[in-house]
Amino acid sequence: MDVKTGFFYMFALVMLFSAFRVITARNPVHAVLFLMLTFSQAAGVWLLLKAEFLAIALVLVYLGAVMVLFLFVVMMLDIHIDSLRQGFWRHLPLALGIGGLISLEMAMVLFGGFRTGDAPVVPETVANAAGQVVQYSNTKALGTLLYTHYLYPIEIAAVLLLIAMVTAIALTLRERKDSKKIDPSMQVRVRASDRLELIKLAPTQAPQPVEPEAEATTEEPKK
Amino acid sequence: MIDAFYNGGLHLFSGGWWTGVTWPVVWNLIKIVVVLLPLMGAVAYLTLWERKLLGFMQVRHGPNRTGPWGLLQPIADAVKLLTKEIIRPTAASKGLFFLGPLMAIMPALAAWVVIPFGPDMALANVNAGLLLVMAITSIEVYGVIIAGWASNSKYAFLGALRASAQMVSYEIAMGFCFLVVLMVSGSMNMTDIVMGQSKGVAFGGVFAETFVAWNWLPLLPIFVVYLISGVAETNRHPFDVVEGEAEIVAGHMVEYSGMGFATFFLAEYASMWLVSILAVIMFLGGWLPPFAFLDFIPGWIWLGIKTFVVVSMFIWIRATFPRFRYDQIMRLGWKIFIPVTLVWLIVVGIWMHSPWNIWH
Repeated sequence: MDVKTGFFYMFALVMLFSAFRVITARNPVHAVLFLMLTFSQAAGVWLLLKAEFLAIALVLVYLGAVMVLFLFVVMMLDIHIDSLRQGFWRHLPLALGIGGLISLEMAMVLFGGFRTGDAPVVPETVANAAGQVVQYSNTKALGTLLYTHYLYPIEIAAVLLLIAMVTAIALTLRERKDSKKIDPSMQVRVRASDRLELIKLAPTQAPQPVEPEAEATTEEPKK
Repeated sequence: MIDAFYNGGLHLFSGGWWTGVTWPVVWNLIKIVVVLLPLMGAVAYLTLWERKLLGFMQVRHGPNRTGPWGLLQPIADAVKLLTKEIIRPTAASKGLFFLGPLMAIMPALAAWVVIPFGPDMALANVNAGLLLVMAITSIEVYGVIIAGWASNSKYAFLGALRASAQMVSYEIAMGFCFLVVLMVSGSMNMTDIVMGQSKGVAFGGVFAETFVAWNWLPLLPIFVVYLISGVAETNRHPFDVVEGEAEIVAGHMVEYSGMGFATFFLAEYASMWLVSILAVIMFLGGWLPPFAFLDFIPGWIWLGIKTFVVVSMFIWIRATFPRFRYDQIMRLGWKIFIPVTLVWLIVVGIWMHSPWNIWH
């Protein structure tokens, strides 16, 4: 028994437990969090299989991006657990039947190649085209394959994702006429002269000549 | 000496079926502790340095009563926070409420596993190092969401939504920055990225092995975008509307007290260090000295100095700029940074295929 075996059993146990809890958790948010835990443990198992790139991509894409959106949606749903649980026993036989069927199908597919040969071993070194022994890098092999044989599919996927992102930004660019929003670039470009007008005044004003008419009216009652 | 220590330990634990399991685990734990203890110290003292530097910039004293020059202040703060009562709202989700702060700080510490402190000094010299850092830091957002939801408070939930939206948005711009860097380095390995900056092919190699050869100059727009995204991603000033002091009070951590709150605080400072050291590794030449004749100073000292300067810049920004509004923050991330990085990605791509390519 070495470290890898220990880690494998740890990952496997936690993964099975959390996968089970995904469907049995009463609170949907807890279920989503258990799904996250399952994903992270699966990434751990992939790391043990030396598929580092795939493991990291799983964490990055599913844990870091997709599940966040999922969690947002589930958190804001108003789910009544009681109404969800109604008719559980009525539907159980049908569910069990379908579940059994799926398990059977998976077993038929998977067990064909199960334990028939040696366990797959990732080579530490391989020979390159010139016959030299080079360090085998999983990520490098995957990259070479993706960018040669599968270039078009990966380019299409990448462009689709880019379009999705640009579209999401473009959707926020619409203008409404009655909108009272402030344009930050206009705000930044504002100068002091737009807001404040400075009027030149003489520092000291010459004494105004007193108007003779006004003097006359004030003095009149005394006379 | 390290080998002798390793073999000694191997000897100590040998003798049964557990031989293959125990010592490698213990050995790796020792290595992790050796990296994390100075890091935790740096995180604690960054809080003091922030207050001191802010004090200096605002022409006043920082903390200066606890210990000489206030040096014991972080320890006093820690003792105070540890002895505070931990309060949990009655209707809060029990387990998740305490999981929140842990989920916030763990990724910020776990990402240090691939950070190289020298040519051969990293816990794990992973080939996909940059990708691993991105993957681990992308989990950080869960701490915020879980904390906000588990508090069972509208204020905390709103704060969590704002914080997580901001963190996720700036992660995209940061991802594009990473992409440009790994395009010019041709590797996701952190050590290779640093070593690639020591070549200095630009200007006919006149400035080879000086700070001009590092990535920050040819990739200047990306460097600036990365730094600002880093400030926004760690929810630092001037992008700290996550706490929403004017609208919602203190964001996703509003229901936390004592050590729970302090953990969020530490997570913020730990990710500040992480963002800074990543900036240094990707753009500022990592452990390379700015001039070749300064080679006699060990690499990890250069790395430390550079990281310290970048972290101090975070505080400088805090002391200088007024706070952004939330919609301005989202606009900056989505409508300015992402197009800028996309355009620069294409520019660098074309540049690399032109005769003036400086990243052979």
